[in-house]
Amino acid sequence: MAVERSTMPVLPPAPPSRSRVLVKGLFGSVTNTAITLAILAVLAVILPELFRWAVLDSLWAPASPQSCIQGDGACWAFIQDKARLILFGRYPPAEHWRPILAMALWMGAIAVSADWRQWGRRHWPRFLLVLWAAVLLVDAVLMAGGAFGLREVPLEMWSGLPLTIMIATFGLSSAFVLSIFLALGRRSRLPVVRWLSIGYIEIIRGVPLISILFMAAVVLPIILPPDLVIDKIVRAQVAFFLFFAAYMAETIRGGLQSIPKGQYEAADALAMSYWQSMRRIIVPQALRVTVPSMVNIFISAFKDTSLVVIISMHDLLGTTNAATNDPVWLGVYVEAYVFTALIYLVFCFMMSWYSQRLEVHIKTGRR
Amino acid sequence: MTHNRGSRDDVAPGDAAVVRMSRVNKRFGRLHVLKNIDLNVARGECIVVFGPSGSGKSTLIRCINGLETFESGSITVNGIPVSHALGTIRDVRRTVGMVFQQFNLFPHMSVLENCTAAPTMVNGLSAREAAERAGAVLERVRIADQAHKLPSELSGGQQQRVAIARALCMQPSVLLFDEPTSALDPEMVKEVLDVMHELAEGGTTMVCVTHEMGFARSVATRMVFIDHGVILQEDSPKDLFANPKSVRIERFLEQILTH
Repeated sequence: MAVERSTMPVLPPAPPSRSRVLVKGLFGSVTNTAITLAILAVLAVILPELFRWAVLDSLWAPASPQSCIQGDGACWAFIQDKARLILFGRYPPAEHWRPILAMALWMGAIAVSADWRQWGRRHWPRFLLVLWAAVLLVDAVLMAGGAFGLREVPLEMWSGLPLTIMIATFGLSSAFVLSIFLALGRRSRLPVVRWLSIGYIEIIRGVPLISILFMAAVVLPIILPPDLVIDKIVRAQVAFFLFFAAYMAETIRGGLQSIPKGQYEAADALAMSYWQSMRRIIVPQALRVTVPSMVNIFISAFKDTSLVVIISMHDLLGTTNAATNDPVWLGVYVEAYVFTALIYLVFCFMMSWYSQRLEVHIKTGRR
Repeated sequence: MTHNRGSRDDVAPGDAAVVRMSRVNKRFGRLHVLKNIDLNVARGECIVVFGPSGSGKSTLIRCINGLETFESGSITVNGIPVSHALGTIRDVRRTVGMVFQQFNLFPHMSVLENCTAAPTMVNGLSAREAAERAGAVLERVRIADQAHKLPSELSGGQQQRVAIARALCMQPSVLLFDEPTSALDPEMVKEVLDVMHELAEGGTTMVCVTHEMGFARSVATRMVFIDHGVILQEDSPKDLFANPKSVRIERFLEQILTH
């Protein structure tokens, strides 16, 4: 210690210990103490009851539906029975290894793409493009079948978690790309481009997502020529893409506005073209600024994919609803929603965790 | 003083003007910032433009690479007109380097990437050629050892030297300096001026907006005093310091020399 002090004479005062801070925060003043006691009282009422329901009185397989309905605890036997239905919906049970493998590949590709340590490497974008093309191809074959001796599974049977992940990834990544162009368009010097962008953003933002989904599901088939049949999944996909692009565009515009004029001038002075300066100088900086609010949109959008339920598609929430409608288990449903909520929570937590790490990296690291 | 400009003596002044400005007028709304500016910059010259704040000196050099537009008159660089309408503006900017008061380095790129971005994108150099060129230029401004750092990890003086290097990597035929030392802490001014000094002695054509009169006295081939958008005097440093043609110049010199 003494040696350290002599080499670093201007040390700030040692921070108080963690427990000290905690005690001071909880009981430091009359108000703090009152709030702490109130919260403790509420927890004292809720937690034992929750513990009793979820653990002590809970029923596991092979509990029968009757004993579950008569019992007073959580019926996890129901989840054990229905987990596969909730996760994969109408996908044929014998083929469940296919969506599992497909999702594993998909998540793997996302993990590889999200690894910022690789972003600066040469040819990395090209590698990612090839990787995703390969994953998409393999996943399409896995999910649809009809080749390599795999049983054919029609598009209507894709449901549950794979559908949710697919809609979210496609919808959000394509919306992200479109939003960059919309944000640039809104700041364009060309009046037509600017007005089109403003019009698009304002109209889409002024309309609820549900109504856009309804339009995609119900109105589109009416106004399109009858022989042009677009699958419902694709239509919902496009609806998400169009909707979230408008929101993300406004976030990115905020980022663009935070870039100092000097950056534009420096790029101009170096004879860069508009697109060169946007691609290498302006947009990369704007995106760094927008990471927290962007992830916020991503998380809420991921959960909003559950709205496809109302146009009778069976995403994760749709299959959960289906599970609760089984006459054998009639009356048991809370557990199903707890289970599904936990799945959503895991995904949203991962996104949140990633964004925090990314923010730290952007602040401290290079590139 | 002549020994400082020795290397430029073999370049005939007036020969091959790099920049020609003739009767340039510029307004910001009702404010007439540049009034009938005529100014030629010959190859190898180092011109120092100075004057009170708001005199139009920054606007003047920003017109040369089209960061500001002007209403009438003409500017050519190497014979190419500075014109957004003709679409020649990027051709002009390829040969005009600029160093800003606030450095304006790209904060998300390393020092090296700052120097290679434009040469690869704009001039189509391969990554290797650009890196080699950047290495040599960074060596010249004595900052090669920092090549892989981010601008935010450097001092102000180092950042400004990187900004000079970034401009030099485009191998411009003229280099514009817009108050390059005004945003620097006093102890860092010298390292930037030293680099500018060396560039001038090496024959780089330069137009500098600066109040560093010591620099002007030792390396400027010509000094241009501008006030209210008008060039009041254009002379060698020796003549300008010895015989200011107007009271305004005299007073201005007194103020910045004695302060």
